Amino acid sequence: MRTTRYGAGFLALALALTACGGAGESDGGGQQAADSAVGVTKDSVVIGTHQPLTGPAAPGYSKISVGARAVYQAINDGGGINGRKIDYKVEDDGYNPTKTVEVVKKLVLQDKVFAIVGGLGTPTHSKVVDYLNAEGVPDLLVSSGALAWDNPQKAPMTFGYQVDYTREGKIQGQYIKNTFAGKKVGYFTQNDDVGRDTQAGLDQFVKDQTVVRQGYDSANTDVTPQLSALKAAGAEVVVCACIPAFTALSILAAAKIGYQPQFVVSSIGADPATLSGLLQDFAKRGGASVSSGQLLAGLIGTGYLPDVAQTSDPWVAYFKGLHDKYIPKEPFTNTVLFGMVQAYTFGQALKAAGPDPTRQKLVDAMSSGSLKGPGLTPFGFSKESHAGYTGAYVFKINPDTTTAIIQPPSVTDRGTGAITAYTGERATPEQVNLLSK
Amino acid sequence: MSVRTSLPRTTAPAVRKKRTLPPLVRHVLFALAAFAVVVVLTLVTDEFTNLRIATIGYYLIAVAGLTLLTGLTGQVSLGHGAFMFIGAYTVALLVNKVPSFPLWADLLLASAAGGFAGLLAGAAAARLRGPYLAGATLALAVGLPALTRKFPDFLGGSNGLSFTVHSRPSGVVGLVPELRWQTWIVWLSVLIALVLVVNIVRGRLGRDFRAVRDDEVAASLSGIAVGRTKILAFLVSAVCGGLAGGLQAFLLGTAAPGSFTPALSLSLLAAVVLGGLGSLWGALWGAVALVYFQAWSEDLADVLHLNTDVANNLPLAVYGVILIVVVLAFPRGIQGGFQRLRTLLPKPAEKKENHENH
Repeated sequence: MRTTRYGAGFLALALALTACGGAGESDGGGQQAADSAVGVTKDSVVIGTHQPLTGPAAPGYSKISVGARAVYQAINDGGGINGRKIDYKVEDDGYNPTKTVEVVKKLVLQDKVFAIVGGLGTPTHSKVVDYLNAEGVPDLLVSSGALAWDNPQKAPMTFGYQVDYTREGKIQGQYIKNTFAGKKVGYFTQNDDVGRDTQAGLDQFVKDQTVVRQGYDSANTDVTPQLSALKAAGAEVVVCACIPAFTALSILAAAKIGYQPQFVVSSIGADPATLSGLLQDFAKRGGASVSSGQLLAGLIGTGYLPDVAQTSDPWVAYFKGLHDKYIPKEPFTNTVLFGMVQAYTFGQALKAAGPDPTRQKLVDAMSSGSLKGPGLTPFGFSKESHAGYTGAYVFKINPDTTTAIIQPPSVTDRGTGAITAYTGERATPEQVNLLSK
Repeated sequence: MSVRTSLPRTTAPAVRKKRTLPPLVRHVLFALAAFAVVVVLTLVTDEFTNLRIATIGYYLIAVAGLTLLTGLTGQVSLGHGAFMFIGAYTVALLVNKVPSFPLWADLLLASAAGGFAGLLAGAAAARLRGPYLAGATLALAVGLPALTRKFPDFLGGSNGLSFTVHSRPSGVVGLVPELRWQTWIVWLSVLIALVLVVNIVRGRLGRDFRAVRDDEVAASLSGIAVGRTKILAFLVSAVCGGLAGGLQAFLLGTAAPGSFTPALSLSLLAAVVLGGLGSLWGALWGAVALVYFQAWSEDLADVLHLNTDVANNLPLAVYGVILIVVVLAFPRGIQGGFQRLRTLLPKPAEKKENHENH
């Protein structure tokens, strides 16, 4: 019995140590001072990001940081921003939230980054927002269209980048309602905020037309059951709020069961060049060869950045120049451009933060409304809003996998507000002039 | 039964050497010493290393549970990540829905939830063996996280749940950094659980486990209820898994299905084999390997500036190579290697070795 008493004593000690207060109640620790300049030295700024370089989201998305790195290299070769070179640390989280928390803590605690830029993924990044805000680390240009990033009260350090899924869903919904009136609509969405937020937008317009809703989980790459269900319900238009790998898988699964709906794909998974590559790759693994041109022709998508095929666009030409110089072996896709624009936008914010940047100054620069990005719609950044791009255009993929804009850019809000055509002028690369030597 | 204790398995000599203190006291004292070592380690390392030490902690208890199941009772589980999943979601839900519950209650309930699932799984598993059992448990690892999709509003879908666990009493907020405090909590919980596990392993139930593993017929002839023993092993091991998951959720503030893929279950099993099948010390080496081989090979890839395709796969490749080498050289894992070294070294060196093991 003596032994049990020792055990009980040990347990009691343990309980006493942990028994103070409820686990869910708020802590005494407050937000850290944001006027710090961790990671900034006389000649460098350290920033970090978490990306899926392996795992289910890696096909396609692993190229984003390649594009971003090229732009940072260009900035550094031009002498940096205010004399400081950018040290860009990319951590692989495999699209696994547990790993995301670990690598972000590594970036903050060990690498002492000034800011996290372009952390990728909704299920992943949502797990570090609280932490980054509690630590006072700027959390800029999150690579996800979830609404969660646009919450200046709760997450003052966090800023979105892409058009959010609800805005995009509204624009898609309105387009479908106008163009495919009376046709049966099916949703195929990722089982998280991507799906939830997109449906909130779509439902404002095509709820009556919708006959079936299917979801997928990024861990399960067999989507034949869902596509079969969409076919069985007779959906003529399938809205795919999918990451690139799952857009490609859906197209292949539909082809396999002889189902030819009109796909309408969100910007996150509608990059023709990335999709072509994935289609070839997945088909080859299945022992078949496909014509990606044939499979992709007629696919409708939404976007907010200029398409890489629009070589006459001044921004596309500008980034193509950087691409040819720094990453010529990498195919120039919209995904690579996504990373380049993101890095360029961060460069602008850092420059606007002035010669002695602090975390607070960087956040102020982000919300100043001064960022004029290469996007076809404007950023929503202000004191009250941390929303990224505020609208989208609709495009169709041609048989040669180039794209044609079939509805010009329009902007809207994340609520039930109207969708209006955007007619504002874009600043040219020369006007923004980030890389002045 | 007395015959079995003299089998040349892991601990018999140690038991005979130190008869002065009852085993439980010895284990508690040892756990306190181990806790002191952890505290010192966390004090001399930076906050991020603290996180890694804490990660080793929760992997340790998960691997220890699996060691007990696979190494001691010979039941192979390819689905142990599922119990971690249950533990993590239990803590996540409790923190979100019942914030007034203290952390220790959350962790206890996480262990209990894992144990309950283990009881059910064990009842089914007791009728299966070998590859059939492996298949059934693998199904658990594949299927259970899919529950989150069935109840997206309750379990957060693929996005999972995120929350912040506050464990620091207001008195220490300014004194101890959050991660350091969390590391202490994790290790304290792990050591308490380990004391219980070690007592089970060293005690009568542990002998039953080994008897069932070695020969079920002989075991039942000597009066051991084979089925019940197998279920008990599953129960204890699942409690460990649930606690590990709960601690992970506590530490990282997240529970998401993407963290509990079958790959997690397989790496836990690999850690058991790598550390040393059937030895609780082996569980420690396995947990350390899980955390540090990954980290080192990532650093290595960074230093070598490998192209991304190579760099991304390097950690797994390195892990695989190490696993093969260790198993080839020491079939009983790293701990087996240590034991072999110990027999080769003279006595005083053995003491020193023991010390380093902490």
